[in-house]
Amino acid sequence: MRYLPLSDADRSTMLQTVGATTIDDLFRDVPKDALLAEPVDLPAHASELSVERQLSTLSRKNVSAGEVPFFLGCGAYKHHIPASVDHIIQRGEFLTAYTPYQPEIAQGTLQVLFEFQTQVARLLGCEVANASMYDGSTACWEAIVMAGRITKRKLAILHQGLHPHYVSVVNTMARFTGDDIADWAPTLRADVGYDDLIAEVEANSPSCVVVQYPDVLGRIGDLTPLADACHANGALLIAVVTEPVALGLIRSPGEMGADIVVGEGQSIGVGLQFGGPYVGLFATREKYVRQMPGRLAGETVDAEGKRGFVLTLSTREQHIRREKATSNICTNSGLCALAFSVHMSLLGEKGLRQLAQLNHARACEVADRLSAIPGVKLVNDSFFNEFTIELPVEARPAVRALADKGVLGGVSLGRLYPNEEQLANGLVIAVTETVTDEDISALEAGLKEVCQ
Amino acid sequence: MTVNPSGWRPSTPANEQGEAQTVTGNRALMLEEALLFEIGSTDQTGVDFPDFKPVTGRLGGLERNREIGLAGLSEPEAVRHYTRLSRQNYAIDLGLFPLGSCTMKHNPRLNEKVARLPGFADTHPLQPIDTVQGGLELIDLVGRWLTTLTGMPAVAMSPKAGAHGELCGLLCIRAALEARGDAREVVLVPESAHGTNPATAAFAGYRVENIPANDAGRVDLEALKARLGPDVAAVMITNPNTCGLFEPDMKAISDAVHAAGALVYCDGANFNAIVGKVRPGDLGVDAMHINLHKTFSTPHGGGGPGAGPVVLSAALAPFAPLPFVEKQGDRFVLVEEETAEEHHAQSFGRMVAFHGQMGMFTRAASYMLSHGSDGLRRVAEDAVLNANYILRSLEDVLEAPFGASGPCMHEAIFSDRGFGEGLSTIDVAKALIDEGFHPMTMYFPLVVHGAMLVEPTETESKASLDQFIVALRSIAERAKAGDPSLKAAPVHAPRRRLDETLAARKPVLVYKEPAPAQAAE
Repeated sequence: MRYLPLSDADRSTMLQTVGATTIDDLFRDVPKDALLAEPVDLPAHASELSVERQLSTLSRKNVSAGEVPFFLGCGAYKHHIPASVDHIIQRGEFLTAYTPYQPEIAQGTLQVLFEFQTQVARLLGCEVANASMYDGSTACWEAIVMAGRITKRKLAILHQGLHPHYVSVVNTMARFTGDDIADWAPTLRADVGYDDLIAEVEANSPSCVVVQYPDVLGRIGDLTPLADACHANGALLIAVVTEPVALGLIRSPGEMGADIVVGEGQSIGVGLQFGGPYVGLFATREKYVRQMPGRLAGETVDAEGKRGFVLTLSTREQHIRREKATSNICTNSGLCALAFSVHMSLLGEKGLRQLAQLNHARACEVADRLSAIPGVKLVNDSFFNEFTIELPVEARPAVRALADKGVLGGVSLGRLYPNEEQLANGLVIAVTETVTDEDISALEAGLKEVCQ
Repeated sequence: MTVNPSGWRPSTPANEQGEAQTVTGNRALMLEEALLFEIGSTDQTGVDFPDFKPVTGRLGGLERNREIGLAGLSEPEAVRHYTRLSRQNYAIDLGLFPLGSCTMKHNPRLNEKVARLPGFADTHPLQPIDTVQGGLELIDLVGRWLTTLTGMPAVAMSPKAGAHGELCGLLCIRAALEARGDAREVVLVPESAHGTNPATAAFAGYRVENIPANDAGRVDLEALKARLGPDVAAVMITNPNTCGLFEPDMKAISDAVHAAGALVYCDGANFNAIVGKVRPGDLGVDAMHINLHKTFSTPHGGGGPGAGPVVLSAALAPFAPLPFVEKQGDRFVLVEEETAEEHHAQSFGRMVAFHGQMGMFTRAASYMLSHGSDGLRRVAEDAVLNANYILRSLEDVLEAPFGASGPCMHEAIFSDRGFGEGLSTIDVAKALIDEGFHPMTMYFPLVVHGAMLVEPTETESKASLDQFIVALRSIAERAKAGDPSLKAAPVHAPRRRLDETLAARKPVLVYKEPAPAQAAE
């Protein structure tokens, strides 16, 4: 066994030291009838070569995004990741370190987290950010819980443009905590409908309003009036960003008045990975910092006065506070936060802006070309790198037909909202810098065919 | 944006004693590194783009009109920044990392390689099902290994980490109780439990009550039985427990809990001690999360990502969260909200946007297939042998509160009794840092005074253990002799002890550019 260093001679010597005759003497607290005499019914050990072959065979049964024209988004985006990002996250000192509970020998991780927090806070337009959550959807629920703690109210109003899986997570959790959730499915209109939402806020005095920016259909709305309405009614505005690259080009939710901004950081540095692991972003106002969930890295000095970093404000957390903690989260998404931070450092302000501009320019081009197809209608007035089109046919089978032609042509709203007939012809198309001219032509030609 | 034009590093070497001071604060290979925001600038970038014509007309009038303040670095600067920082970290790749309850074992590099195969790493969670059959098959494969190893009929793969898995298990329990019209309010947790247990129970809407341990470090069965009643929804047990001991009464505990109409949650953080040797399903467990980042070697990454699949008993299986993978004929499907209605209507719902930590499943699959059923047994055996070897090699110098009651499982626990005036566990831990080891878990579990919980794992050689034992023995002797120099440890780490009180009293959580007056100095 290549991962087990003890030799049989070591084992006998050590058994002698511990005063045991056989290894099972050490398992003597296990009731006899529960101790397995034989290995369970699974294959025996295998060589590295054999394992790699088995798993490569499995992986080849998938169509990977890089080998076909690819236009999927809706909460996970394909972006180019610089080679150095993966190199750095594979350094053993980052990859195989634990949570930095011993700060004297974890300054690398701690400084990275401090830099990550700074990048996230600035990008989302907030004063402080934490050291990451599992993903955007769980960060969204934690934000609602936090808003409830601050406002002492139970109702969260979700905007119709919040990703339906996020809505589903919130509803699942709220069922158990007794929170009230108001949510709606979107309609295929250009208007994000914030006026209706403001009326809801005024009528119901909720704990918070949750709005995705840009929303699941790709629409972008000004959050300022919404924030004002929330604040006038004692509610918090929670903004959810599932495509942080957008913030290189459009205003951040924080600067428009959002009180808590959460996000899915996957699109910067992390990769698609079939849904996980991703990295949840969580930022808020300084005055709410003690209500925040999750780990925080903070600056301090060591015994010689040198600057250093530690995990701090842990009296909020489960390992100190137990059942009174702000969250049960422990392990978060450290290595993905590192990947995010490295990619963001490579981009910098200038690179992020260029990346965002390139995404938007490509998306505009694709939107124009697709909406020129007879019967296809562009839903959005506003969008960043993702928009919704309405097809003359049902979109879900159309996506499958496109896949048969070797084009992964977007996410159908039928997949996301199987019970909403009014959305059945909707198709959400994401266009990033990875899309080539040939990809666009392939999508255009494919859509023309399936729309006939 | 203001940058740090001189490249000056933050450290002040002025207080170092007996060592040659350097202008930079560096000491040969020990390189100080400034913050990204002190060395980068907003107009530097390490990424090139093709020429294109920017357009902004369709952004809803919300174009950004102020600078974000994101520092950029060229690639050589970035690689150097992070490489320098990485060298200030201890890691399992560098040496023994005996954190009790954390299972810091070697992370095989094959895992990393297969996780990066494009068929796994470069697929989107919402791709048409027929284009991701291999991905779904892989999830099914890992699930099958987990159910077989635990002797449980079902598994929920989507939870993102251990605490999220605990939440999943408790929500299954709550849904099952609600389905039979049985509202119960209390979850019992042993006082030695990891903090996530009570926090999770509270997050799931339960009231938490502690159950005491007996003198042998085990759950007090009689006290537990006395507390069980119609208000108790579940008991959360860690087995092997956080004192590193197997709960010999586990089956009796489960039977008593079931007889009272409640369910048994088992925290699987310590599964490494029994993998391939004991199936929790045989002990009456209803739900147990498995930290793939512990037992199944996926890397800890400086604090995640983890993965926390939850195995479930037949009583809880119908309530498992969405989505999940199911094999229908020779095709794998993803059961989501729309299809759940047909044959999984009791699911408690979705707890995460997509379908779990795929990148961790691929790594765990690689580990499982590599070890096989025979190798996984050996994992538990060697892990337990290594821990007992440490226990018996040090119990003459460090008090082992449960040493007399018999062997430990995969971790050895010591207390700080007998240390000289003013010295405690933290001083021993920090002195271990100077000797080139990561400290053990300190002051946990709370039931042992000044607890030192040592988990060596099976991937340590005897030579490595012997070196650790020599080092810890020497430090323990110094602690007992009251050696005050231990208070100063570590002296050889990149930093001396850090002022955590200051950090909490005046939290500085993000970098702020110095005020102009300061910058001009």
